[in-house]
Amino acid sequence: MAELDTSGGGKKGGGKVRSKKASTRVDLTAMVDLAFLLITFFMLTTTLAKPQAMDIAMPDKSKDQPDSHLEVADNRSMTILLGAGNRVEWYMGSVDNPLTPPQVDNFGKSGIRKALLEKKKEVIALTGDPAKGLIVLIKPSDKSNYRNLVDILDEMAIIKPQTYAIVDITDPEISLLKRDKIY
Amino acid sequence: MPRVKIARKSTVTDMTAMCDVAFLLLTFFILTATARQPEALPVDTPASTVKVKLPDTDIATVTVGQDKVFFGMTSQPVRALTLQKMGELYGIQFTQDEIHRFSLMESFGVPIGNLKQIIAMKNDERNKAGLQPGIPVDSVGVRPSQLYDWIKQSRYATKELNNQDMRLSIKGDAKEEYPAIKKLIDILQSQSINKFSLITSLRGEEK
Repeated sequence: MAELDTSGGGKKGGGKVRSKKASTRVDLTAMVDLAFLLITFFMLTTTLAKPQAMDIAMPDKSKDQPDSHLEVADNRSMTILLGAGNRVEWYMGSVDNPLTPPQVDNFGKSGIRKALLEKKKEVIALTGDPAKGLIVLIKPSDKSNYRNLVDILDEMAIIKPQTYAIVDITDPEISLLKRDKIY
Repeated sequence: MPRVKIARKSTVTDMTAMCDVAFLLLTFFILTATARQPEALPVDTPASTVKVKLPDTDIATVTVGQDKVFFGMTSQPVRALTLQKMGELYGIQFTQDEIHRFSLMESFGVPIGNLKQIIAMKNDERNKAGLQPGIPVDSVGVRPSQLYDWIKQSRYATKELNNQDMRLSIKGDAKEEYPAIKKLIDILQSQSINKFSLITSLRGEEK
């Protein structure tokens, strides 16, 4: 072991003068503790510091056919408008003739997720075909912020509707938001 | 009567070896850990529940916050080549030294006319808050915006050097208004980039 012989040569004869033998053994416990603490810290931070990436795909905007529209069945499409103050408004069908009256809701578990889950089930029951599920159109207004966009995309990742897309908001929808005072 | 001696075992264990291993590992982790560069534009990313990690290579990040746009590429050769290409495009000559210094910059946010001043600065001066005004995102006349060109040239550079398609990620501040993000998405879509990533931080608890 890493110990030095510290006995002072040993005086021969001449009485009993003995140098005190000090042990050179150092208590390493604290040092080892510290080392492992630091190891744990570095191990965790190297993997956790990486940011998360949320992939989104936008609908193709080709210049050749700017008027190409995706036909969306009214009874399958749910439109979510992102308004001001972290509020959303949603309805089924089209804006001129909504199948359900537009409702103002919050983000999160008790808010829009409840409605989404409900509608997802309803639509599949309605069409009777699991391949024809819910279509969600996300329309962020100018008053919404980036957090709202990420939040609603996060809901999409949780709910997993058939398809979802981020679409530009239209004037009648803005007036709808204004009417409900979230614009 | 002889006394029966019970050998007393010492409870002190030798920790030398353990200590050695611990410090070896510690050294390894310290050296492999990438030092976090100070960010020129600190943003508070919104949280989400996705658990997909961002890839390390062939990715460029557009940071949006406080109505400013910063642009950053990951690999140093790509940065150097992108700067050369941008210099040619805008008719600005960059010296070899400037290109080298630029390739060490994590991200930047100045109009290309002021890029030389930023390159000449020291690292800590550069990252002072409010110094860099952001890259112009508005197109001037028929000319596309500078951000458009930066993204386009860095994509070319990545393709040339690594033969890989560069991925784009957007790192936005949670409070950033949607029109600013919309403008950015429009720039990406005008280059037919329809798939990109949004950088988020991990949500702590499942709400």
